[in-house]
Amino acid sequence: MNLTIARLTTSALLGRRRALLLVILPATLLGLAILVRVVAGPDAPVGQPLLHLLAIGTMVPLLGLIAGAGVIGSEIDEGSIIYLLAKPVPRSVIVVTKLAVAVVCLLTFAALPTFVAGVIMSGRAGDVAIGFGLGAALAGVGYAAVFLLLAVVTRHAVVFGLAYALIWESFVGGFVPRAQMLSIQQWALAVVDKVVRQDEIEAVMGVFPALLLLVVVTVVATCAAGLRLRSLSLTESL
Amino acid sequence: MSTTPRGAMEPTGPAPVSPPPAAPPPGGTVTRGVVRLDRVSRWYGNVVAVNDVTMTLGPGVTGLLGPNGAGKSTLIHLMAGFLAPSAGTVTLDGVPVWHNHLAYRRIGLVPESDGTYDGLTGWQFVLANAKLHRLPDPEGAARKAIDTVDMAHAQHRRIGTYSKGMKQRIKMATALVHEPAVLLLDEPFNGMDPRQRLHLADLLRAMGAQGRTVVFSSHILEEVEQIATQIEVVVAGRHAASGDFRAIRRLMVDRPHRYVIRSSDDRKLAAWLITDGSSTGVEVDQQEGCLRVQAVDVPRFTWLLPQVARDAGVRLYDVTPADESLESVFSYLVARPGPAREVAT
Repeated sequence: MNLTIARLTTSALLGRRRALLLVILPATLLGLAILVRVVAGPDAPVGQPLLHLLAIGTMVPLLGLIAGAGVIGSEIDEGSIIYLLAKPVPRSVIVVTKLAVAVVCLLTFAALPTFVAGVIMSGRAGDVAIGFGLGAALAGVGYAAVFLLLAVVTRHAVVFGLAYALIWESFVGGFVPRAQMLSIQQWALAVVDKVVRQDEIEAVMGVFPALLLLVVVTVVATCAAGLRLRSLSLTESL
Repeated sequence: MSTTPRGAMEPTGPAPVSPPPAAPPPGGTVTRGVVRLDRVSRWYGNVVAVNDVTMTLGPGVTGLLGPNGAGKSTLIHLMAGFLAPSAGTVTLDGVPVWHNHLAYRRIGLVPESDGTYDGLTGWQFVLANAKLHRLPDPEGAARKAIDTVDMAHAQHRRIGTYSKGMKQRIKMATALVHEPAVLLLDEPFNGMDPRQRLHLADLLRAMGAQGRTVVFSSHILEEVEQIATQIEVVVAGRHAASGDFRAIRRLMVDRPHRYVIRSSDDRKLAAWLITDGSSTGVEVDQQEGCLRVQAVDVPRFTWLLPQVARDAGVRLYDVTPADESLESVFSYLVARPGPAREVAT
């Protein structure tokens, strides 16, 4: 970890217009949660589907893409990454620091609002808030690592990221059950399924293989991003 | 003109190092760095960007001169460790720079790109660079670097509000903040106004005089010859010539020049010119109504032409050099046998 890189990254990430999405999506979730609570009362049947589809299924991957790819992709595109790379700092430290910034960002703008929305709609009943909040946090870590790698590997990280989140996880996963085994969303739902006592989630795998896959993918993606950044040619970024 | 085959293309021969600065470094705090490219090539697929280049760059200011697309930026990137050589080695004091992040303790790089952290102020940006170098007194180092580039008055403004020249200077401050032995600048004068050019030129000369190895790329001969003590000419990815600016200038002037001449009697003038050895080709272009001359001894030709015209009773209407563009000069250098030449001064 390098605090100077973390500050520069945070400033670059939050100083852009797209950072508004980091606020708009959780604000929408919280607004809907309040609406559900007011209209349908506590523990309404719509609560868990809302957290599943809107929070875990939509908000977390989208914010994961904005934060994961955003912590490094725009710096590579604009060429400002050169000021980090031309320093006596190992490239792996740069990647780990940027991943940490993305994860903190997702904990703040995705996991915490998911937890709060759960509390608003369900109180503490059935550990819904904790389960979905934890699921959002773990999914956030996975998405951040994968999308950060995509941003280091290709200039089209957003396209590939959206293709993964929208086509692979939502579409292909719906028709090909085995494809769900390679879905960060499903790994998160496995955790939700385990934590929430009276849940409406049917996870496609157990919590331990899900966590194992999440850890492996996060570590491999981070190492690969570090290796790729080590060999990033200036002309590729400028 | 005297040119000699140089060691640049000969692995066993010594490559020239630019002369040491006239003045010793103030305070003796500047460490020296020698960048060496040894038979370096870089290609992208089928495109060869740099072709078998050998050069050694020592303390002082070296200008990498060449037309656009000649491979100057690729060479700077290779020296800065941001591009892997496809063949050959690039070293700083004998240590490879590729995959060596510790080399940046001694290298300062000013990229051509203007991409910076526009949301930060100049001070915050330079200070962040000082901290990334883990300097013992980052604030002091940032202050000194900003003073050096004369940006103290604007240091608390956001970089996004800076002019091109101010941005260039703040980029320079980030490269100087750790007082590197080697300073690499990619087309640093692009987009600068004359006053900013003068200021940057003074700064580069001062850096060179301090004993730093300053290497900058440019496609403008006048720009390079005003600042650099050593010039390396790069054309089409090849190391075309090496020497000080007087020798390079002479080499460029002494090449065969083509002239288009319009006169009152082209045939008569041609007959007189062809008897003298200063021209190797004289052609009467009846279609265009002009005389085309290829002069090999330009000083003699320019002295002789008016004399011949006077003696022959021919009136000269127009004498125009046909190939004065820098590209044609570079093309000539590349077309000469032996891709790299050391120019004796």
